[in-house]
Amino acid sequence: MSPRAAWRLESLGYAEVYDYAAGKLDWLAAGLPTEGTNASKPRIGAIARKDVPTCRLDERLSDVRDRVHRAGWEAVVVVNEEHVVLGLLRAKELAGEGGRLIEQVMRPGPSTFRPYAFVHDLAHFMVDHKLESSPVTTSDGRLVGLLLQKDVVEVAGR
Amino acid sequence: MPTDIDRDALQRMVANGAQLVEVLPADEYAEDHLPGAINIPLSHIDAGVAGALDRNRPVIVYCWDVA
Repeated sequence: MSPRAAWRLESLGYAEVYDYAAGKLDWLAAGLPTEGTNASKPRIGAIARKDVPTCRLDERLSDVRDRVHRAGWEAVVVVNEEHVVLGLLRAKELAGEGGRLIEQVMRPGPSTFRPYAFVHDLAHFMVDHKLESSPVTTSDGRLVGLLLQKDVVEVAGR
Repeated sequence: MPTDIDRDALQRMVANGAQLVEVLPADEYAEDHLPGAINIPLSHIDAGVAGALDRNRPVIVYCWDVA
């Protein structure tokens, strides 16, 4: 739709017209603020923990576990050099045999949510599915943060 | 020929005075729009928009996504 709008404006004599083709979806997925009636509804991008530890596929579990526990976490997100989410380790996986590689012990391809999803919409889903945490990513898979069920339930209950 | 821009370029251009236009229907604009955007639905873009937009400043249009 926006390409047609851009061309139409040019035909009306506007000399400098630009098309943000990725559009509102891209903006919302990046967790950026908006205006409008939905602006006051909390979105998960705002409460996802941005300080979640990350690791790479080829790291040794014992090294990652030490780092994650020192930071006070029980979860770590596996990302590549582009910060694209490849896997997730929660407490169960972190408790595995320390000599193994992350690639061998992670939960591959975890379910992810987009930052523009509403907190209230996800509260029941996470509780019903016993989902203690889930990565939040942009539409191209890049990590925004880790969403914790306890945070979602707390904010939804306000 | 209109030029495609990404999110970073949009933010820079808006900070420098570009005009931002959401071309989706009014109800979608009312729910969510980018900060500072005005709404001119695609079907309403005609000679009459001249009053809403400054011809001497860049205009950035957007809708939901590339679809």
